[in-house]
Amino acid sequence: MKLLKFNAGRLVPALEEPPVEVSLEDWRANPQAHAGATALKISNAAPLDDIAGDLSGFSVVILAFPGFKDGRAYSQARLLRERFGYTGEVRACGEILRDQIFFMARCGFDAFEFSGADADSAAAALKDFSHFYQAAADGTAPVWRRRLARAAAA
Amino acid sequence: MYRYDEFDATLVAERVAQFRGQVARRLSGELTEDEFKPLRLMNGLYLQLHAYMLRVAIPYGTLSSKQMRKLAFIARRYDKGYGHFTTRQNIQYNWPALADTPDILDALAEAEMHAIQTSGNCIRNVTSDQYAGAAADEVEDPRPYAEMIRQWSTFHPEFSFLPRKFKIAVTASDHDRAAVKVHDIGLRLYRNDKGEAGFEVIVGGGLGRTPYVGHAIRKFLPKEHLLSYLEAILRVYNLQGRRDNIYKARIKILVNAEGADNFAAMVEKEWAAMKKTDIDLPREEIERIGAYFAPPAFETLPEESASLEEQRRRDPDFARWLRTNMAAHKTPGYAIVNVSLKPVGGVPGDISDGQMEALADLAEDYSFDEIRATHEQNLVLPHVRKDDLCAVWSGLKRADLATPNIGLVSDIIACPGLDYCTLANTRSIPIAQRISERFADLGDQESLGELKIKISGCINACGHHHVGHIGILGVDKKGEEFYQITLGGSGAEDASLGDIVGRGLSADATIDAVEKIVACYRANRQDNERFLDAYRRLGAEPFKEALYEAA
Ligand code: SF4
Repeated sequence: MKLLKFNAGRLVPALEEPPVEVSLEDWRANPQAHAGATALKISNAAPLDDIAGDLSGFSVVILAFPGFKDGRAYSQARLLRERFGYTGEVRACGEILRDQIFFMARCGFDAFEFSGADADSAAAALKDFSHFYQAAADGTAPVWRRRLARAAAA
Repeated sequence: MYRYDEFDATLVAERVAQFRGQVARRLSGELTEDEFKPLRLMNGLYLQLHAYMLRVAIPYGTLSSKQMRKLAFIARRYDKGYGHFTTRQNIQYNWPALADTPDILDALAEAEMHAIQTSGNCIRNVTSDQYAGAAADEVEDPRPYAEMIRQWSTFHPEFSFLPRKFKIAVTASDHDRAAVKVHDIGLRLYRNDKGEAGFEVIVGGGLGRTPYVGHAIRKFLPKEHLLSYLEAILRVYNLQGRRDNIYKARIKILVNAEGADNFAAMVEKEWAAMKKTDIDLPREEIERIGAYFAPPAFETLPEESASLEEQRRRDPDFARWLRTNMAAHKTPGYAIVNVSLKPVGGVPGDISDGQMEALADLAEDYSFDEIRATHEQNLVLPHVRKDDLCAVWSGLKRADLATPNIGLVSDIIACPGLDYCTLANTRSIPIAQRISERFADLGDQESLGELKIKISGCINACGHHHVGHIGILGVDKKGEEFYQITLGGSGAEDASLGDIVGRGLSADATIDAVEKIVACYRANRQDNERFLDAYRRLGAEPFKEALYEAA
């Protein structure tokens, strides 16, 4: 497992100390006992409706992909970014494969505990597509906005 | 028809390049079959009993002549000279070589086609009314909305790993030819009391192991909010749909576990919190897409065609074909032509490369270049001048495509079954072939009126047996093929699920049973009522008696 992060727009291996993790349940049960934690780990079954108050002290939120087919964390990441305005790191853990990182990045993940061997290929896979039809959490303009912009410029 | 602009074209080209890389990694051994499987399944490539199968998307069933010719080319060059139209308005190739699939996708891309999201737990190819833009009874053409859904759902980053596959169908007519009540989401465009057009949103229908008719969770959705509302439904499903059991993972299970009202409240709450301006298309883009579906340049013609009436009088075969295969068009002097892919003894939905080309020529000459695929595994020429119907019929006859049996007993839906499918319990195709042979007399068929037989080779119900007027389900009993019969289903606006009658039957007994059921209907029919109406009036009893007494 290798931690990959964006550096100047490129996905590269990150060499850093692991953060001090606490699960959402433990944190809520006893915040004092976890005052030193820097990463909040949220299970992919946890509802996020009232998460806003829990986020402020954490520089990392870790979301889980128990298997690559379990896509709940895609929605969770978008909610954290787009609804709750979380700007810290959103890290993907679990089964993180080359061909999913592209979707994860669009949903607002910016750190990946990569399960594959070839980190370069994961970075390359991010460049497979140059346009997207829909807006997500990565801030790229969807195709329809580009069409409008182009029509306006013409 | 929609045409790709540079954005659409780039996306599809990049997808082919990506898949080419994935296939290369598989062929070089870098990827094992297990690792390759989820990748190929993102692109409609299945491993079937005997070979790979490639499913090509035909968005909302609309094809141009150029696209049809490309499908013919692929059938000839990369397959055994035929293709198979499915119940989801797609086409499948049963014999492609893995190494050829990137080239096939390149060929498709040249004709603005692809295999994106024709498999996998994502939003599948969106389906619609095959008469869209031509139907006399439609509010407006539903295809612009289907195209918007196609674009929105393509590589949707949040919804590419849903609990299970997800199917959306759109109709804009009272007469539902898109089976919207048995889809994960069915959208019915209609006009409310104020004369505004909007969608009734139906969620949680579906067939398979646990069949349900869908629930309307919103009576009226303004058209401009279509995509954000879909996104809200999908988000609720993605987060809360079951993932512990593949048989309980479809949205219908969630909707029915929560109750439709509660599910609707969950969606409304999510929708209320969404930033809709990032999701819903602005008016300019809706108009841009809509413009591609502007009606073709219809001539101003009288409603009736004198030459047509003359030919109809002269040729009884032509007259019969008109009665069964022609439908009313919204423009005076035009008609919709149904092309049956169900010849007596044939494989439902199969079509040869030559037939595809013949149809492409006819569409070019007589139907403004347009062809449609139907969920009943037939094809349609949507815009034919009544004056040209006889010429079209002659052309279809030459291509062996003029079987006059649309909606009749031999117009059978059948899934691929054990002839191809790895999941099958039984064969489906030979049952369809034998039933159509048993009822080969076309005059006899016509006298029976509308009668829809649907056959699935296992409980996954790809042949929609639950909504067949007569449904046939293949079951495995100690290694032997048996068939379970259901009666009284419908996938149309009067949707209902069929009732199981009696025990499983052998293949031979199944063919006989269908004949007995039909005989019972004939004996009890009042006036010209349809089989389905007779069944609903009489109930299952007389039919059960007819089956058992003879057994
Ligand atoms: S119904 Fe069953 S046998 Fe038929 S195609 Fe679907 S999975 Fe295969």
